Amino acid sequence: MTEISPSSSTRLDNYVDRYAARTKGMTASEIRALFAVASRPEVVSLAGGMPNISGLPLDVVSHAISELITNDGPTAMQYGSGQGTPELREQICDIMRLEGIEAHPDDVVVTVGSQQAVDLVTRIFIDPGDVVLCEAPSYVGALGVFRAYEADVVHIEMDEHGLVPEALEQAIVATQASGHTIKFLYTIPNFHNPAGVTLSAERRPEILRICRAADILILEDNPYGLLGFDGAPHRALRADEAEGVIYLGSFSKTFAPGFRVGWALAPHAVREKLVLAQESATLCPPAFSQMAISAYLKNHDWQGQIKQFREMYRERRDAMVGALTDLMPPSCRWNVPDGGFYVWLTLPPGIDAKAMLPRAVTARVAYVPGTAFFADGFGSGSIRLSFCYPTPERIREGVRRLAGVLEQELELRETFGSLPQTHGLAERRGYDGPSTDMT
Amino acid sequence: MGAVVTSGRVLVLAGGLSHERDVSLRSGRRVSEAMRSAGLEIEERDVDAALLPTLSDEPPACVVPMLHGETGEDGAIREVLELLDVPYVGSRPADCRTAFDKPVAKTIVRRAGVNTPEWYCLPHETFRELGANAVMVALVAKLGLPLMVKPARSGSALGCTVVHDAAELPAAMVNAFAYGSVALLEQFIDGDEVAVPVIDDGSGPRALPAVAIKPDGGVYDYTARYTAGSTQFVVPAQLTSEATAEVARVALAAHEALGLRDLSRSDLIVDRDGVVWFLEVNVAPGFTETSTVPLSLQAAGLDLGKVLASLVDAATSR
Repeated sequence: MTEISPSSSTRLDNYVDRYAARTKGMTASEIRALFAVASRPEVVSLAGGMPNISGLPLDVVSHAISELITNDGPTAMQYGSGQGTPELREQICDIMRLEGIEAHPDDVVVTVGSQQAVDLVTRIFIDPGDVVLCEAPSYVGALGVFRAYEADVVHIEMDEHGLVPEALEQAIVATQASGHTIKFLYTIPNFHNPAGVTLSAERRPEILRICRAADILILEDNPYGLLGFDGAPHRALRADEAEGVIYLGSFSKTFAPGFRVGWALAPHAVREKLVLAQESATLCPPAFSQMAISAYLKNHDWQGQIKQFREMYRERRDAMVGALTDLMPPSCRWNVPDGGFYVWLTLPPGIDAKAMLPRAVTARVAYVPGTAFFADGFGSGSIRLSFCYPTPERIREGVRRLAGVLEQELELRETFGSLPQTHGLAERRGYDGPSTDMT
Repeated sequence: MGAVVTSGRVLVLAGGLSHERDVSLRSGRRVSEAMRSAGLEIEERDVDAALLPTLSDEPPACVVPMLHGETGEDGAIREVLELLDVPYVGSRPADCRTAFDKPVAKTIVRRAGVNTPEWYCLPHETFRELGANAVMVALVAKLGLPLMVKPARSGSALGCTVVHDAAELPAAMVNAFAYGSVALLEQFIDGDEVAVPVIDDGSGPRALPAVAIKPDGGVYDYTARYTAGSTQFVVPAQLTSEATAEVARVALAAHEALGLRDLSRSDLIVDRDGVVWFLEVNVAPGFTETSTVPLSLQAAGLDLGKVLASLVDAATSR
């Protein structure tokens, strides 16, 4: 009557009990799965921040790489310095000079994209439980790094002029009063990802003053700084504070992300540790990529190329803002960025961006829910829209589809009432970021 | 299951545009590898505008649809294969449509004498026109709590929520309607969840060993399904001999009542009294690294590649 068949039990993972505790949240997520559909051409993806490099002079790049292999192949394909090639570090200093930074190549550490620079800085500064101050919202890729090193993220309010100095001061006081150690402020002052705003010139000295007074290091992440649509680049925080700021830069948006080359400019002592951390992580950044970029910078009008990129992105920004103005319900709000890739859209009250995503994917449009950009579960009422990659026509079509999705979602809300922002998929489990679809 | 007899190219369709694209791609990869190991010539392919010309210009010997979710499981792609006279593994289009629609499948399976939890199936419009609160109050009164809310047509537990408190119901409804316009509200049955594959390689349908599913968090949601290590699988499920026989009978009854062909997987609950309840059936069950059908095949001493090859043989000889 109660015979039981011989059975075996499995979890389909032989190492399930051996992973580090910090991997606990690394699980499959419905949201990440939905992004698999976003890669299909039928879908207008306003999600990923993929630079549009269709305007790059491939013949020039091809020639530069061919010359590199012919003339310097054995060096380019060999291990290199953990700090990066001297030539590229000098060129990086020339680039940073455009934002008012006077630096010595010895203080530059070349990294595998600026993403690795965030990782290395976090690795050398953060013990579990240390606090990183971030804007609200903040870059999903950085939040992923901070989570991996078990940092506690405290978000600071932003407005249309960027980080709010008073909010920063209050957060520092409150965090320190609670007995926690603040290790650094992570900030994206220019054309913020995802918020699209820029820290005003008036606030920059104020932010520096507050951090100096509280002895808090600033990690200035500036991948979009040269992609402003109007006027000269903004003056970097690092230009006015050499000792208290680590500056991060990247070739991913001004040249091409496939080379995976970024950098950190750090005070001398920090730089020493970054080099050691870099060597333990990768031995060295890829020599081939560095030398290819050096050749490109040397032989091509790269500033002219960036100007071309700026014009292209401006046209796309205009297309997105125009479509939003024409098509979105009046209860939506968004900013008009002066550069970069992103518009931050606040949905009508009660709409949950995560819960709405499956409907959007059905309608063949994708965005990134705002929750991806917060470490604390906030952001369900907002979405990030990227205008960098699709054509202006596709952007308009994507916004048209999104408006239809929103209309249906508003009908649902009318039927079932406003839901608490924490309901729906926001409560569901799974690791939502970062991925290349969201960064 | 003898030696592979099918010669020529076998096309594995995976991907598509459904919410389960990612799962489908993983199923497709695993199935393709297994069939290659069994000696078949395999081409993996996504579903896009170039598919029809490919099927017409270079017809494959057989198609193995590994598409999950709509267009994959609702019979649409199989209808196209019928149209082009291309042999394929799996159920016919009309039967897929029936099976993929959970309320319709439950109705048919119940008529065949199988227990299935009490349910109500309503579109969004009904809630809007009659007033959501009144409808939800009536539903809770009838079904009790906890209850399940699911999209009527979806897979991988997408849009599914266990509702423990009436206050959670509006959010669960919104969640289900994000995946489709019709929702299924179902009595919650407390018990052991088991998956039972049914296979028919030409010698008649037979149930394979039941796989018991024990997710760490208690709910077999998307995360529990596709995160290796987060769910314990016991195979064959540790059931009484009566329950073992009953889950096999129910899976076979569902397969036959719905007119399914070649392969299906029934998801069932064995309650605390040993009563077996039918939840749903899948006409394109998952074959990912964390899916239950490969586990069941392994427990039965069957090789995945050879089983699939035998299904291909059966399809090409129809």
